[in-house]
Amino acid sequence: MTTRVPILKVGHILLVSIQVDLDDQAVMALQEDLSERIVATGARGVIIDITAVEFVDSFIGRMLSTIAGISRMLDAETVVVGMQPAVAITLVELGLTLDGIRTALDLEKGMRLLSAAGTDPASGKRAEA
Amino acid sequence: MIAGRAPAVGEEVAIASNADVVRVRQVVRSAAIAARLSLVDQTKLVTAASELARNTLVHGGGGKAQVETLVQERRSGVRVAFSDQGPGIPDPETALTDGWTSGNGLGLGLGGARRLVDEFDLLTEVGKGTKVVVTKWAR
Repeated sequence: MTTRVPILKVGHILLVSIQVDLDDQAVMALQEDLSERIVATGARGVIIDITAVEFVDSFIGRMLSTIAGISRMLDAETVVVGMQPAVAITLVELGLTLDGIRTALDLEKGMRLLSAAGTDPASGKRAEA
Repeated sequence: MIAGRAPAVGEEVAIASNADVVRVRQVVRSAAIAARLSLVDQTKLVTAASELARNTLVHGGGGKAQVETLVQERRSGVRVAFSDQGPGIPDPETALTDGWTSGNGLGLGLGGARRLVDEFDLLTEVGKGTKVVVTKWAR
């Protein structure tokens, strides 16, 4: 019985909000579910809200990096939003810098970041360069 | 209060599954709050405990965590001891180096956990098992 984190679709963005302490199996399941949903929906952006997450260890950190990497392969941008200050301090001390992951302070800023990157949440159309 | 260390309040958590690693994090968090650790220090200790509990499960083949709240005359803190009867670590010094990994991790588990706590003791014997004891004090 693995906890499944709900993945919501808002326009062309997939939104995941982690609300409970996930075990490693649930973390792996989320990684797989998200990858499948990106392809199934053609999403251009992924937002992972970790506002309620009380710690990020190396396993969860790696999951975030992997999701960002997979999304990129599947033509979607990932933004991690809502990291608590204590979590950020701990991550850096642990030695994890989450390279390649874009962050925003909250959901709204994350949405804006994605639309600035050419992923309009409403239409999903890319801004022409 | 009598000088020195008052009797510690302890709780033992068996580590045999991923769910037990979550349970260790929860018990450590409660102890850290009880010992009046700041939010940052709670987060550091819980993160270190998560790394070490996972090591106990994955590399040690399971074991246990003993969580104690320490109350001394001048300070309070939390001590967590992780022990397993696994294969042990042949070269502990190398294992504590960042980037060293037995294969499937980022190589930040042991060294990273050590940086997050105030006291860190590693006892290991090849073929017998490993014990890691960490302590975090309230500031």
